[in-house]
This record gives sequence, structure tokens and C-alpha cells, in this order.
Amino acid sequence: MDLLNALALLSNYVLVPALAYGSQLALGALGVTLIFGILRFSNFAHGDTMAFGTMVTILFTWWFQSMGLHLGPLPTALLALPFGIAFCAIFVLVSDRLVYRFFRTQRADPVIYLIASVGIMFITNGLVRFIIGPDDQNFSDGERFIIKAGDFKKLTGLSEGVSIKLTQGITVITMIVVIFLLFWFLNRTRAGKSMRAYSDNEDLALLSGINPDRVVAITWIIAAALATIAGTLYGLDKSFKPFTYFQLLLPIFAAAIVGGLGNPLGAIAGGFVIAFSEIMVTYAYKRFIGYIGPNDWTPDGLVQLLSTDYKFAVSFVILLLVLLVRPNGIFRGTGT
Amino acid sequence: MKKLLVSAAVAASLASAASTVSAEEIKLGVFLGFTGPLESLIANMAPAAELAIKEISESGKLLDGTTVTPVRADTTCVDAAAATAAIERLITVEKVSGVVGGDCSGVTTAALTNVAVPNGMVMVSPSATSPALSTIEDNGLFFRTAPSDARQGVVMSDIIMDRGFKEVAITYTNNDYGKGLADSFQSAFEAAGGKVTINTSHEDGKADYSAEVGALAAAGGEILVVAGYIDQGGKGMIQSSLDTGAFETFVLPDGMVGTSLPEAIGADLNGSFGQAPGTDSEGAGMFTEMSEGFDPTSPYAAESYDAASLILLAMQHAKSSDPQKYKDSFMEVANAPGEKIFPGELGKALEILAEGGDIDFVGASNVELIGSGESAGNYREIEIADEQLTTVGYR
Repeated sequence: MDLLNALALLSNYVLVPALAYGSQLALGALGVTLIFGILRFSNFAHGDTMAFGTMVTILFTWWFQSMGLHLGPLPTALLALPFGIAFCAIFVLVSDRLVYRFFRTQRADPVIYLIASVGIMFITNGLVRFIIGPDDQNFSDGERFIIKAGDFKKLTGLSEGVSIKLTQGITVITMIVVIFLLFWFLNRTRAGKSMRAYSDNEDLALLSGINPDRVVAITWIIAAALATIAGTLYGLDKSFKPFTYFQLLLPIFAAAIVGGLGNPLGAIAGGFVIAFSEIMVTYAYKRFIGYIGPNDWTPDGLVQLLSTDYKFAVSFVILLLVLLVRPNGIFRGTGT
Repeated sequence: MKKLLVSAAVAASLASAASTVSAEEIKLGVFLGFTGPLESLIANMAPAAELAIKEISESGKLLDGTTVTPVRADTTCVDAAAATAAIERLITVEKVSGVVGGDCSGVTTAALTNVAVPNGMVMVSPSATSPALSTIEDNGLFFRTAPSDARQGVVMSDIIMDRGFKEVAITYTNNDYGKGLADSFQSAFEAAGGKVTINTSHEDGKADYSAEVGALAAAGGEILVVAGYIDQGGKGMIQSSLDTGAFETFVLPDGMVGTSLPEAIGADLNGSFGQAPGTDSEGAGMFTEMSEGFDPTSPYAAESYDAASLILLAMQHAKSSDPQKYKDSFMEVANAPGEKIFPGELGKALEILAEGGDIDFVGASNVELIGSGESAGNYREIEIADEQLTTVGYR
């Protein structure tokens, strides 16, 4: 019984939140890694692209809610998501046309793209705050829980409850569907294959008749879709505030680099590595040890490795370790 | 020649001493954050202070017909350097005789220690609540009509004890306000025999508080004290605690009391309780009636009126507008014994003082100065019932 309680405790505070957070990071890191693999630069504007896509989704969600349109127990935001993706795709395509294309025709160094993307980041950031404001926005509706902690206790008779929010369930399922679709697209379709060819060797791909503009456009659209989905899921599960999306850039890049930049599989693994370490290192194991240890073993202290204030630091330590030991990431990436 | 100089100096000093009792024009600094994070409160605090100044000045009874004009200066609430420069200007250029302000604890401390104390200037803050200001080296020049947060800690401890809870966890927003309140509550609660399982901070503006809640849940406790902000981390901590089932009942200090919280959280918040500054004294009602062009129920508006009144009444009591002289009169005019003085009765108070009588200034916020010259404070105990904020009583 104590073992089950310990398991429930760990699921409630570590496994379930980390799984949801990891899925959100993985989707974000996939977008970063895709841009890096195909367009060959680190897109620092990705966090704010997420905020932009989420903002459009929220505006449509509000509109749908005001018209009385909803999905029953599911959040209305899912209905608004395609519109968010469409607007976000238009936004990144316009920014590519206005900024990045110029550097592409110049065959500029990756570092120049990177600096340009920092500029785009600030512009997007300002735009989002200008349109929706810098404050928290609440847009989740529908059922809140798949199972509540109290109901779980009654159902199982355990003294520890496990609560699973509906948004956490949706996050994990959506991530699995999106990743399946993405890999199917990259490996099975003609457009996906031409993207991979372009990524492997640009000159060779051009020689064999691949249209570079098409590849670039498709890449941006996929990246925008991934960013909007990741951002909307994060906003639904936690809360939407433009500034936190800007901060998300850090763990997302850590995830992409840990997994190996340019490697989609690595981005997913990296997302979960970062999420689980952030949460496991800052969790206080006092009650957990109390359950699995013999009687009266409950320690006086919290048994917490790091204070939660240092959550962001965890991803950087992992990033440093990976860069020191395996500079190309856990899964061999394209490298810098 | 030397004799002549000395007698001239004596004559000059006599003349200046005399001028403080005869009719003159004095200025009073209104040193509040007209820009910055508190500007929406200041819009009601500054007019309230100026209302008291106007009332006294127009009565013509202060120090044989002395008139008082307010001079505004900006504390910015957050920028200590700007606040220091602003009060410097008030004292050296405008030559004010007293200062109502500052507003936020940080800038008030800076202005007091850097400028007011070296220049021997009296400051009466209507809203600085940091416990650190109770023990600051002020040469008896600093007073406040707002209670210290340490006082709220004691009141909160009493409320929790009265409801029969013995074991609490505390989370506070990571700044001077949050830490001060959490620490003062912890010492009061432990002194009363309660147990604090954990006292830890949270950062504002994060999207996700599940990790912080995890640590709190590991430490345990019957209820959670949330010394945070209602639109910030405080709300996030409560939402996350409810989501994971870590805590069900919350104690809400002043920063968390507002109608937006039950609206955002919903029925799960029912049963949570707390306190915020507030009084049901008749002074508050009289203040509401006489106010014009500002919201008298806005936080610290009543305290601002009282701060300005106290300075001028202390001058009348000391028969001098010299801060070094009237600083010793605050306790006399603010506390019993004497005739109770409510808002709008300042003229009567001046008359009584001029005749050598005694007054007990009650004012709009039921002022009672304790310790080193700060308000004992009045608190409204609240409870969330049926998703509504309800008042249980006053303490």
C-alpha cells in the first residue's frame, strides 16, 4: 500500500506534470531544430512566434466563445487552433520575405541570420504585447480535470491523490499525433524528402531540380504550425503571458541542443530530458521517502536537491554537460 | 563690535522664533509616487492629504492664522535615487515644514535615511508598511498612519488560531513585502503555539507553479498562507494547489483580497479566509461624506488625510512649525486622553489645542499611534462564501 502511495505521490507531482511540460518543450524544440536543419540558423524568434500563434488562437477562441460555439468538454481553443496556425504561418512567411530572403540571396553567414532573428524576436514580442497586452490571459474552458485528486483517493482508497488535468491529457495526445504526422511527412512524402535533401546538401538539391523557395516556404509553415500548437497547449495547460513565452526560449533551445540540433528525434528526447530533470531535481522527496522507507523514516528536511527558484538553471547545467561531453548532442545533430 | 554682533544674532534668532508663532505661510510636502506602480492609488491619496491641508489652512486657526500650501513631489515608488532627489528639492528649495510620504517602503527608507534625518525633517507616511521601518534610526522624525506588516502578521495569526488551525505552510512573493509579512506571521504564529511546516518564496510572473506547490505539499500543513499578489504568483499558487489537491483552504492577506480572486478560481475557494486593512469606525463614514473628486474608499486615502492632519495638529500643539519642536507632539495629539477628533473637525481641534486643551485624533482611519510612532491598524476579517468576498468582522 505504501509503495502504491509513493507511486501516486510521484505521479501527481513529477510524472504527470513532467510528461505534459516535456511534450510542450518537445514540440517547441522540433520547430527550432527544423529551422536549424533546413534553413541553417538558430531562430531566436521561435518563443515569440509561439506567443504570436497562441495570441491569434486566443482571439479566435474568444470570438467563438462569444458566439456560443464550443466543443463540449474539450477546450474551444482546439477549434480556434487551425486559424492560429494559418495566421502564424502568414506572419512567418511575411517575415521571411521581408528579412531572411535578403540574407539567403546573399548567402550570408548563419550568425547574421541569428542576429536578424533576434530583431524579429523583439518585433514579434512588441507586436504581441501591443495587440493582446502584457498580462495573463485566460482562455481555457470546458472540463478542467480528467480525474481530480479527491476522486482518485475515493476510487482507489489510497491516501495520496493523482490529479490529471484535461489539458495535460490533450497535450500528450496532441504531441503524439503531431510527431507521427511530422515523421510521416518527412519520410514518406515528396515534399518531405525534398526538404531532407535540401538539408543534407543544398547545392546538390538545387542541381537535382528542387525548388528552394518551395522548401523554405514549407519549412516555415511547419515551424509555424509546431510553434502555434506548442504555444496553445502550454497556454491552455498553464497560462498565457507574452513574457513567459519569451522565457520559454531557454529550455526549448536547451532541449534542441541536448538532443542534437537538426535532429527531430533528438528534439523530442531533449524536451523530455529537460522537463524531467527540471522537475525531478527541484522536487522535495520528503513524503516519498516517508512512504518507501521503513516506519518513522520520514526525514525532517524536505530532501530537495535544489530550490524551485533554480528551475531554469537546471536546463543550463544539462546543456553545459552535454556540450562538454557530447558537443553534437545525445543524438548526433548537424552541429554548428 | 563683538557685542553688537552677538546682540544682532540674538535679535535675529528671537525674530525667527517669534515668526513661527505669528501668521506665516508654510509649505507641506506631498511626497508620493505620482508615477510608477502605485500611481492609481496616489490619484486618491494625494487629494485626500491636500483636503486636510486645505481644511486647516482655510480655518485660519493654525498658529495664529498661518496658511499652508501643499507641494507635490514624486517618489516613483521604486526608484530610490529619484525619490532622494525629489525630497532633497522639497527640503532645500521649497523649504517645506513637514512631509506627507513616502508611499512605498523602499523609497521611504531611502528618503528618510539619506535626506530627512540629516536635515531634521519630519516624515509621516500614509502607506509604507515594511516592518523594518519600525526599528529604523529616525531620531523621532518618522511616523506612519499605516500599520506595519508585522502587525498584520499578528492579526493573521490570531484569526487562524481562532479558527482552530495549528499547522500551516507559508508561501510568499519574493520581495520585501512578502518576506516581511511571512516572517512576522511565522514568529507571531509560533509564539502563539502554532507550527509552521515550511516558509518559502515564489516568483511572480511565472506560468507554472506546480514545482513550488510540490515542495509545499511535501512539507504538509492543514492550510496554506499565501502572502502574494492577487493578479500574480499568489493566484497561480492557489490554482496549482487546488489542481494537484495539495491544499484546499487558503489564508489571504491584504495583497490577495479582492473580488477578482473568487471570480477567477470559482467555488473551490469557498471557505478560505483572510484579512485586509479596513475599519468600521464612524470616522471613515464622515470622511466619505466630505470627500470630493476622489475615491475615499481607495486604499490608504484615509491614512493620507490623517497623515497630513497629524503633522499640522502636532505643529499647533508645539506652537511651532519647526520639525525639531513639533516632532515630540505626535503622540500627544494622536492618542488619548482628550476630545475625539473626526474628519471635518480639524478646526475644532486647532481651537482646543490653542487653548491648551487635549485632543485624541481619531481621523478617517481610527489612528492610534503605538511603538515608535506607527498606527496600530484596523483589519477587516474576510471569508470567501458562495464565491463572494464577505466581511466577517473587524479586528
